[in-house]
Amino acid sequence: MSRVTRFAARDPGPAARVAGFMAHLRANGFRLGVAETETALAALAAVRAADPGEARTALKAVACGSAEDAGRFDDLFDAYWRNGGRVVQRAATAGAGSGRTTREGDGRASGAGRLHAPDDAGRGGTAEAAGEGRRVASRAQALMRRDLRELVSPQDIAAAEAVARRLGAALRDQRSRRRKAARQGRAIDLRRTIRASLATGGTPLRLARRRRPDRPVRIVALCDLSGSMLAFARPYLAFLAGLIRADRTTEAWLFHTRLVRITDALRDADTLAALNRVTLLADGIGGGSRIGGNLDRFARGPARQGVNGRTVVMILSDGYDSDPPAGIDQALARLRRRGGRLVWLNPLKGWSGYAPVAAGMAAALPHLDLFAAATTLADLAALEADLARL
Amino acid sequence: MTDWQTLTADLARHGYIAAPDLAMALHLSLALGRPLLIEGAAGVGKTEVARTLAAVKATELIRLQCYEGLDAAQAIYEWNYQRQLLAIRAAAEAGETGRAVEERLFSEAFLLERPLLRAIRRPVAPVLLIDEIDRADEEFEAYLLEILSDFQITVPELGTLAAVTRPMVILTSNGTRELSDALRRRCLYAHVDYPDRAAELAILAARCPGLPEQLAGQIVGFVQALRREDLDKKPGVAELLDFAAALSGLGINDLSGDPAALQAALATLLKTEADRAAVPAEVAARLAGKAA
Repeated sequence: MSRVTRFAARDPGPAARVAGFMAHLRANGFRLGVAETETALAALAAVRAADPGEARTALKAVACGSAEDAGRFDDLFDAYWRNGGRVVQRAATAGAGSGRTTREGDGRASGAGRLHAPDDAGRGGTAEAAGEGRRVASRAQALMRRDLRELVSPQDIAAAEAVARRLGAALRDQRSRRRKAARQGRAIDLRRTIRASLATGGTPLRLARRRRPDRPVRIVALCDLSGSMLAFARPYLAFLAGLIRADRTTEAWLFHTRLVRITDALRDADTLAALNRVTLLADGIGGGSRIGGNLDRFARGPARQGVNGRTVVMILSDGYDSDPPAGIDQALARLRRRGGRLVWLNPLKGWSGYAPVAAGMAAALPHLDLFAAATTLADLAALEADLARL
Repeated sequence: MTDWQTLTADLARHGYIAAPDLAMALHLSLALGRPLLIEGAAGVGKTEVARTLAAVKATELIRLQCYEGLDAAQAIYEWNYQRQLLAIRAAAEAGETGRAVEERLFSEAFLLERPLLRAIRRPVAPVLLIDEIDRADEEFEAYLLEILSDFQITVPELGTLAAVTRPMVILTSNGTRELSDALRRRCLYAHVDYPDRAAELAILAARCPGLPEQLAGQIVGFVQALRREDLDKKPGVAELLDFAAALSGLGINDLSGDPAALQAALATLLKTEADRAAVPAEVAARLAGKAA
């Protein structure tokens, strides 16, 4: 579709080709609409469009919307205009529907969990569906492509949503500096007072007031779905879905050997469709766990935008890490410095005689604001009081 | 020479060395009348672009520094309450009442223009710099969208104030918060990175003309090596210029010659305790030796 035709007779003209280029970018996750195509054409008219360098920088200024886009633009430009569109199809499959997931080529093979699942050794759980080699999957790998719909039911999510709402409310605080009109406020709202005083001949009889509104805390949840955590996937995924549904500012990420953003997928109004999308995104569930590496990637990447003083970072993991514990230590220190509060929910903590001896957990402890047990939805609900104290 | 190359040259004449991406984005933003969103790490010269553009166009720079809690009253307009109160009292003394008083009270004479309103009411189009938009709240972004798309401001008591001229709008963001897609779509985009060696040398030559060539090379090499270290706050171009100024103030002609003075001048580059600890004298000396 977005292939550049090479026959002059079939050439639909430059405008159509630019439109094709925008479609190509859209297929690769850029957020562009018809208006951008118009702007792109206007931009090309404002430069020497025949000069590839100028056209490239001009289209870049129009089409990119973030640093990430800007980094990918040059390759996509070359793929479309320089390569007969050959790279288009493959790139489109890898990027389609994933929105902003974080895919990393490296570290997947090297980070295979040595600690638990023996089937980790053979895994290469890559995201792309293309390529013949992938189809020859072992039984072990087939198991990993677990369908989340078997694990979580819509009823679970409904119950979790109620819990998540309560937890979200518990986390609210009052630190806004802005004032808003309110019936019982401490400050006087001069604007409304003067306006009202016109009715009384300029004597401000009725004082309008303003107060500082509550400012909700944003929750960023990171859920570990490696092999050792699979037993808890049901309550945790339901909880994540509930969190996302309860508040539109919440973010959710999954990690096993990779870090995947599942916020958009979970926000799907249809619960089953949402789980389906997460299943597709989170290919490799139940594999090895690279907690340190993933947290570090999160702290260096998405956290720069998503984590600030009004954020609670919630990590759901058992702390069994195949990365060296220094990774967790550094990543959490980095997150802390961004001002966020850190909550670590560990399913194992509820067991009698549990001590955080796993090297990863021990490294994490000094950074945490709250370290609590959570195995079931009821446990999560019981956290309300603790979270309110944060 | 095409338009954007002329613009690049103009910027360079005013001491700003712009990368091709940025110059093109700036040119398009002027040509298409779209706002330009500039992102990049702190200290790569985002704010300076606007200042230089204002100098190039010989126009006024109106700057709106965003912060958490910024609201319409501080960014767009506010009524002058004290004067309104006085006018009400005066009207009452004079025995005036009714619509005439009200109309006078809510006329432009009592309106305090804040940066956004001021920017669209100037007879000559100014450069409007909305600095660190990511620090403002999301509600404020919505106000901004209305102004950026229509270039008009609605004051309930007065009606809609249309733009006299369209300002050249530049927004900067450090990425402390994800901006809304609506805002991103409305803007052209440029990502500014740390400049490469040649560009940085050119910047240094433009801003600190008296610097010996060898020292300039050393300074740039040193700062670029420093950026490759694992630091919390990487030194930007502004820090580089401070560093160069500090060195020439200390009368140093060779970086590797005087470790003590180098260590003292590092205060201009490393701004956190952890970063100072990460670059002790030996490391600094090693980096300086390599840069030489």
